[in-house]
Amino acid sequence: MVNVQVYVTLKEGVLDPQGSTIGNALQTMGYHEVASVQTGKYIELEVEEGNNLEGRIEEMCEKLLSNPVIEDYTYTIGKGVS
Amino acid sequence: MKFAVIVFPGSNCDDDMYYAIQEGLGEPVDKVWYTEESVADYDGILLPGGFSYGDYLRSGAIARFAPVMASVVEQAEKGKPVLGVCNGFQVLLEAGLLPGAMQRNRSLKFICRPARLVVANHETGFTSEYAGGERITIPVAHGEGNYYCDDETLRDLQANNQIVFTYEDNFNGSKEAIAGIVNKQGNVMGMMPHPERATDQILGSDDGLKIFQSILKQWRKSHVLTT
Repeated sequence: MVNVQVYVTLKEGVLDPQGSTIGNALQTMGYHEVASVQTGKYIELEVEEGNNLEGRIEEMCEKLLSNPVIEDYTYTIGKGVS
Repeated sequence: MKFAVIVFPGSNCDDDMYYAIQEGLGEPVDKVWYTEESVADYDGILLPGGFSYGDYLRSGAIARFAPVMASVVEQAEKGKPVLGVCNGFQVLLEAGLLPGAMQRNRSLKFICRPARLVVANHETGFTSEYAGGERITIPVAHGEGNYYCDDETLRDLQANNQIVFTYEDNFNGSKEAIAGIVNKQGNVMGMMPHPERATDQILGSDDGLKIFQSILKQWRKSHVLTT
């Protein structure tokens, strides 16, 4: 088994109302050094190793885990817990 | 004209939609459970509002892969009328039957109130009973109704007259105040406001009824021509 970490973030130029609200809150709390905040999702998968592992993961990301209209994804594959 | 109301786990406007067709329009209607494999026997398909699969991952993202959806897509491609309301609209976007995506409302608040809409295109099979530019009142109830598409898609929507409804007051931050769009072929429409909740004066408005009447009128026209 390998452990796959998928990060889903909003595409550049897509407004992130949650990020800007969090950013405003941090400003209010006195963290004036924070210039901007972007939110996203973290999804962790336990996957059986096999042929075309990366291709299969990219397919999962494009079909379900992210919405390509508004989101980008990155992933890392690490030897897992098993 | 026989209608199907698709019911996903977490749909919660299926009864309202059923009522709108049965009582408001006076046509036969069935609720169709998401595990069914075919909706080929129906003349019109309605995807109701709610929180299919608890809105997990993204609104509509899981429902789009429900067993019944393959048949919905097939029937849509054959030209049958398909209307998605609220979560139903989100499912149609995720399924790629309509362009764009939904984001959290600009205010991050769930907004539940009557909304003033402009009928931007009354020459569709869903809006022929309205007058062009008509102002109507239909309730909204959504947390993620902030319509987004890239500029190229927007130009496409405008060029093909696919923007059907816009908000008079763009309270959720939608691009170009878009409240409802239709596909290029004109047989698939998605809208965030709930016309099924506005089919009788006793509900505060019957402005939504004309959508269902338009669908029926269109079907009768094509039915007479083809048989």
